[in-house]
Amino acid sequence: MVIGLEHYLIVAAIVFTLGVAGIILNRKNVIIIMMSIELILLAVNINLVAFSAQLHDLTGQIFALFILTVAAAEAAIGLAILVTYFRNRRTIAVEDINMMKG
Amino acid sequence: MYSAIVFLPLLGFLIAGFGGKKLGDRPAEIITTVLLFVSCALSWKAFFDVGLNDGHFSASVLGNWLTSGDLTVDWALRVDTLTCVMLVVVTTVSALVHLYSIGYMNEDPSRSRFFAYLSLFTFAMLALVTADNLAQMFFGWEGVGLASYLLIGFWYEKPSANAAAIKAFVVNRVGDFGFSLGIFLVFMLTGSISFDTIFAAAPGLADKSVHAFGLDWNAMTLTCLLLFMGAMGKSAQFLLHTWLPDAMEGPTPVSALIHAATMVTAGVFMVARLSPLFEQSPDALSVVTFVGATTAFFAATVGLVQNDIKRVIAYSTCSQLGYMFVGLGCGGYALGIFHLFTHAFFKALLFLGAGSVIHAMRHEQDMRNMGGLWNKIPVTFACMAVGTLALTGFPLTSGYFSKDAIIEGSFVAGQHSASAMYGFVLLVAAAGMTSFYSWRLVFMTFFGPRRWSEQYRVAHAGHGHDDHAQDDHAHSHGHHALEPHESPLTMMIPLFVLSAGALAAGYVFKGQFIGHEASEFWRTSLFTGADNHILQEMHEIPEWIGFTPTAFMVGGFLIALFMYVIAPKVPADLAERFPATYRFLLNKWYFDELYDRIFVKPAFWLGRLFWKGGDGAIIDRLGPDGIAARVIDGAGFASRLQTGFIYNYAFAMLLGVAALITYGLLMLGGVN
Repeated sequence: MVIGLEHYLIVAAIVFTLGVAGIILNRKNVIIIMMSIELILLAVNINLVAFSAQLHDLTGQIFALFILTVAAAEAAIGLAILVTYFRNRRTIAVEDINMMKG
Repeated sequence: MYSAIVFLPLLGFLIAGFGGKKLGDRPAEIITTVLLFVSCALSWKAFFDVGLNDGHFSASVLGNWLTSGDLTVDWALRVDTLTCVMLVVVTTVSALVHLYSIGYMNEDPSRSRFFAYLSLFTFAMLALVTADNLAQMFFGWEGVGLASYLLIGFWYEKPSANAAAIKAFVVNRVGDFGFSLGIFLVFMLTGSISFDTIFAAAPGLADKSVHAFGLDWNAMTLTCLLLFMGAMGKSAQFLLHTWLPDAMEGPTPVSALIHAATMVTAGVFMVARLSPLFEQSPDALSVVTFVGATTAFFAATVGLVQNDIKRVIAYSTCSQLGYMFVGLGCGGYALGIFHLFTHAFFKALLFLGAGSVIHAMRHEQDMRNMGGLWNKIPVTFACMAVGTLALTGFPLTSGYFSKDAIIEGSFVAGQHSASAMYGFVLLVAAAGMTSFYSWRLVFMTFFGPRRWSEQYRVAHAGHGHDDHAQDDHAHSHGHHALEPHESPLTMMIPLFVLSAGALAAGYVFKGQFIGHEASEFWRTSLFTGADNHILQEMHEIPEWIGFTPTAFMVGGFLIALFMYVIAPKVPADLAERFPATYRFLLNKWYFDELYDRIFVKPAFWLGRLFWKGGDGAIIDRLGPDGIAARVIDGAGFASRLQTGFIYNYAFAMLLGVAALITYGLLMLGGVN
């Protein structure tokens, strides 16, 4: 079986959906939300690399590298915020984080 | 000079009213009193110039008040004999009351306000009597009403005084409503409200009719009745009298000045001033006679059983005003005015004397707690006795001339008219009762056992639940033993002057007012029709008529003497034997209760209906309250959208993105 572009795209779509579902359905842990965000970014990366290979254009792969960098930085900042938050509130359960309501 | 008479009291009001705080009480008192005395002296000069020495009649225009289409109203002072009589009465009594108040209000903390009000009242009253048109008269009319309201409610910390003030104001509104309608009607008929124009046009209007409520009314009768309605309100005539006894809540000098001598006579003055109109309508005059006679009789019966010294005199005032209206209604305008003139002296005297008694008794007003005072305060007693003699019409005192003249006049007019005959009968009966209640007052106050030494504390312990608040200001003195004392000189001088007036005014001025010189005295200020000869015919009556009132007076005196000096048990026995009659009289024929049932309760009910039903349930509920509630609901719904949970926001965002993409694909994709 030849692995074509559409297979990559399907995988990317599945991963993206998993990420989104993780954000929306997850009621437990903020860390899981961050992992879901990583999933979404990775799904995008798969798309970029797949299209890059398909179109013989390196720009997509370079862009994917940038995204990885940004994702790493974002994860670092997110975890740092999370640690501080935990210190202040003694919890990181999503259900307890509802101070934004009016 | 005439302007000075009218405006000096206004000046006094402005100085004492706006500068009273800065000047202090004593200067304010002195300034207002001195200004009033100046005004009084000028008034007497005017009286002699215009009334007695044929000075020319004058109406000096001070300026234009307003012009609106055909209606032109000037400020003008009309000074003729009638005005001069009123000027003299008003300024004399007012000046004396100012002087008296210096002594009487000695302990009051806001004396400058009191004197300012007194002067304001005097100004308004003078504006009323010098008016040259109906609008200016109405200005003075409302001005005295305002001053009366302010002075009845002078002790505004007393709820009963406030209630009495409001009552006086509201009852007067009823009369004023008729008065203003009358003015409108006069303007409609004559196109002017200036007296000269009206009076000139009056004879031509005698048979005209106006169409209202589907009926044709005689124009003059309707006008006069409406105007008389105003007079009824201001002069506390039957049906509109209820405010006057309650007005005794005010300080006693106020009762003397406003509610006895001057303001309440404004109605009498108005009818006399408008005599050219009333003379055209015999029907209206019959009504005037009828109402006056009923008032005279009714108030006298109520006066028989009252126990508050001021209320007795108040009902007496009411009754005497009825006499004046009978005099007017019989066509004898001079009779009414003459009685007004003499009545001012002796009624002010009685009130000021009562004030002196109240002062001596440390603000006790219930006669049941007095007695045996004649040798404690002999001067006051003498003055009160003089006032009583004059009021009851003792021969050669002023009441004898004026009151008996009215009774004789009503007899003369009674030959042609049933209402005047009705008036004659009731007036004679009222004369007997007047004598009875006046002497009853004197006997209960000055003779008999002393009921005050032991009653003193009891009477004051009862103040908490006594809603008539019998004393003027009980809080201002301590509970030391009561020793009745004569009042200071500032209070006694007015009593002396008024006593002289009460004794002599009738005899001195009889000839000018109602005697042979009457026509030269009044000249054009009082109008009498061509076939109105009441003043002449009065001299040709049977002799027994002249003696009847005097006989009744003596009878009343003897009964009072018997019941209150010789056999003091009799009144209580009578009250026990006829409890219904006694309570009927004691409760003033239940007029207050009746009005409460007919007008006050429904008015409250209607007010509550509109307040709770109309305003609260409909306007507020659909208007501001309803909108506010919906806004709160909407905001609550919107705020529930903001859960604060991040996954909800994320979900909403996802939905939004999905919607946008769907839109983009369908719409933009559809183009390609």
